[in-house]
Amino acid sequence: METQYPTRMGDGSLARLTRSELRAELEEGTLAAASRAKVPPLSADELEHLLEIWASPAKFTAVDIGDEVVLTYDGSGSKTVGTRTQDLLIYEQMFGADSVELGHVDYSFKAIRTILPFEAQSMKDAQAVLTVPVMYGAMPNLGLYSKPDGPAPNWSELLPLARVDEARAAQEEAVGYAVEDMVKTADALWEAGADGIDFDTAGAAGDGDFLATLLAIERIRATHPDMGIQVGMAGEFVLGMHGQLEYDGVRLAGLWPRGQMELVRRAGATIYGPAITVNTRRTGAWNIARALTLVKPCMEVAEIPVHMNIGMGVGAVPTTSYLPLDAVARASRATVDILRLDGL
Amino acid sequence: MQITRGMRIHEAKAYVAERLGVSPFDLSDPITMEDVRREQQLGRITTFEISYPTQPSAMEAKFRIAELLDLPINCVQRFKRHAGLA
Repeated sequence: METQYPTRMGDGSLARLTRSELRAELEEGTLAAASRAKVPPLSADELEHLLEIWASPAKFTAVDIGDEVVLTYDGSGSKTVGTRTQDLLIYEQMFGADSVELGHVDYSFKAIRTILPFEAQSMKDAQAVLTVPVMYGAMPNLGLYSKPDGPAPNWSELLPLARVDEARAAQEEAVGYAVEDMVKTADALWEAGADGIDFDTAGAAGDGDFLATLLAIERIRATHPDMGIQVGMAGEFVLGMHGQLEYDGVRLAGLWPRGQMELVRRAGATIYGPAITVNTRRTGAWNIARALTLVKPCMEVAEIPVHMNIGMGVGAVPTTSYLPLDAVARASRATVDILRLDGL
Repeated sequence: MQITRGMRIHEAKAYVAERLGVSPFDLSDPITMEDVRREQQLGRITTFEISYPTQPSAMEAKFRIAELLDLPINCVQRFKRHAGLA
């Protein structure tokens, strides 16, 4: 009888699979991604390497010495334990973070725009006591610019009524507001001494959300040539809520990670972070094979660092509040080993 | 080097290692890097049992890092300007 190995499901629950079953999960995951995104599946050697990682009872695993990559974060200055600056110091001094991110609990550029001077002061104060780079992060969150939270008509209400032209116009209006808020935030935080800005969950509201991010980056780069600009995506696929928006002649709806990365680079960003969402009904093995298959095309053409999002519900890490170390370790190692990423 | 220069990981490691006078592999060795950080005054991890009050930390260390890596660090530039050092 084959040995069964403890392994995680996408929701974090523990399962026990044999080596053969794990192999089947990996093969199914990569084929599912290859079919969906029209990209090559992982090679036999890559699948075998993943199998060695997953078919193991070890609590923890890691990359080889010398293959370490750097980590960027979201939410490391969120006033979880102490003040925001104390939290940033905890990440630097106790967790060994390579970089940290100051952010506000109301983590959207629309909200930040109203308290910019306070955020800028926090950044300046943090920079005085930290050694690692301190980024500032927030979400484009285009939906906040629609009624009742914002001035633009609500396209989520217009679309089900088949008022498509009005829905598109509403998104285009919202893009304009969002770009202004993101640019003003970047300006203020750069003036306060930030090392860079992180656009977290870019594309969360679809192609309009992604377009706003790219347009903002373009303007920020033109004004601040030395500013670090990081883009963390919301999902593996840009949803066509508008359907006709383009950036630099490329339609945004339907873009997979490789296409996303190319536009992020063209706009002027310095770090791109793909996000592959987890299927909670499938195993971690299935999820990692799928995730790596979707991101691998990026690495073949990457000209800027790629920091894949590895966290709750993305990058084959279970969608659960308290992340099992065994799952995080496996996903982290797998992405670095197979993709040769620049960071996580 | 990644945040501001967009360097890929191997390029970034090679650059930093060269500037520090170590090999890229040495960057992965916390024992070696402890010596490097002390000698080059790049900032340390401190606790109440291990403190370095006479060594550069935080902004002071970032001045050293900027100089050593030939990297314009935004907060360092602004500190110099605000303190009348620019």
